[in-house]
Amino acid sequence: MAGINKSTIARKVAMALSGLFLVLFLAQHFTINFTSVVSPSTFNEISHFMGTNFLVQAVLQPILIAGVVFHFIMGFVLEIRQKKARSVSYGKYNGAANSSWVSRNMILSGIVVLAFLGLHFYDFWIPELIHKYVETNPDDPFRYYDETVAKFAGDPIRTGFYALCFVFLMLHLLHGFASSFQTMGLNNKYSPGIKIFTKAFAIVIPMGFVFIAIFHYFNNL
Amino acid sequence: MKLKLKVWRQEDAQDKGGFQNYDVEGIDGDMSFLEMLDVLNNNLVNEGVDPVEFDHDCREGICGSCSLQINGEPHGPDRRITTCQLHMRKFKDGDEIVIEPFRATAFPVIKDLVIDRSAFDRIQHAGGYISVNTSGNTQDANSIPIEKEKADDAFYAATCIGCGACVAACKNASAMLFTSAKVSQFALLPQGEIEAHERVLEMVHQMDKEGFGHCTNTGACEIECPKGISLENIARMNREYLSASVAG
Repeated sequence: MAGINKSTIARKVAMALSGLFLVLFLAQHFTINFTSVVSPSTFNEISHFMGTNFLVQAVLQPILIAGVVFHFIMGFVLEIRQKKARSVSYGKYNGAANSSWVSRNMILSGIVVLAFLGLHFYDFWIPELIHKYVETNPDDPFRYYDETVAKFAGDPIRTGFYALCFVFLMLHLLHGFASSFQTMGLNNKYSPGIKIFTKAFAIVIPMGFVFIAIFHYFNNL
Repeated sequence: MKLKLKVWRQEDAQDKGGFQNYDVEGIDGDMSFLEMLDVLNNNLVNEGVDPVEFDHDCREGICGSCSLQINGEPHGPDRRITTCQLHMRKFKDGDEIVIEPFRATAFPVIKDLVIDRSAFDRIQHAGGYISVNTSGNTQDANSIPIEKEKADDAFYAATCIGCGACVAACKNASAMLFTSAKVSQFALLPQGEIEAHERVLEMVHQMDKEGFGHCTNTGACEIECPKGISLENIARMNREYLSASVAG
């Protein structure tokens, strides 16, 4: 297996695997967030479990952060290699003639998602760390719903920015999710079904997040 | 037809190069694109100007020599054809046509529109073959039963003419479609099984060494390939590569 870590295929497979892992996380995150729309008490209960469970905090969370960091760093590494592979650009390049905009601009949609993650960490993750480890507040299992809703209530700019970022996440997933299966070597009779599923997922989950943000904004006017 | 041509001119690999504008008249719709370039070159020679260098050989879509980027697309706006099979009826009177060489760091420009595609040869040399004893006792290939579907897939992969349109079309200048076709044409057949692991590892290693980009599955290569080589070959090569890497 010598040299596999330097191979273009191995890097793309690693990229695909980390992407699939993040897709799983996204589905789980959406499921939990959606409970905030239908049942605030359930949302508090699950959030409290996720925020205090040792396995989630000490094992799954570091793995998730590693996955996110790896996916973004590898994305930039691949982009640099690709720029080197065509050192002189075309005078005229008609990419739209043979490929979709989303497939050609994964780095752009990825950068927007990265910027969104920065804001998301600033809004939720960093305050959570401060709450638990800096201020060492007492355990409060009922705070999560109010804290989440407070971010969107009366803030149309933040709500709008979240919605815009989720549109870019949708664009990223529209190509990336299906593409990861092709990279893993899966192109057979099941591929049309996988494409339909991945496209549906890429639209439903990000738009679901948009719905949650807008719901909490209007619900607290 | 009267056309405005914007043609890439470059003295040699060291020259920076640039676009030159030319007007050509009397172009018939039934002419091939290369015949239109012949008219241009005839004019240039008569004017005492160095003619535009471009690659061509068979002029019937077999050799893959005539690789040009035409109005931002490899082999021009038509599908499943090479440049020599592109007819001028695809253009209108007064059109501006931008003509460039295929762009990739691994395909350096030799002169004008002529590029060095020997990187493809080196990938092929790295493993695109089977070792057969040809001393006289070789088993007739037709006596080895092969599933029809696999034989067809191997044949389709083998129709790759190595023109480089896949690399030219890809935003990453990736050679995955070419390499995967050359891997697949053997991987699918019993004769290719024996050296399958070594072949895919060596060919991918050489492809990377040449400086081609990664595949991001945009599908542009498949669309622009004059022979319609399928992306299935890339998935197959990835499987072969992972399997060979794990086997060591």
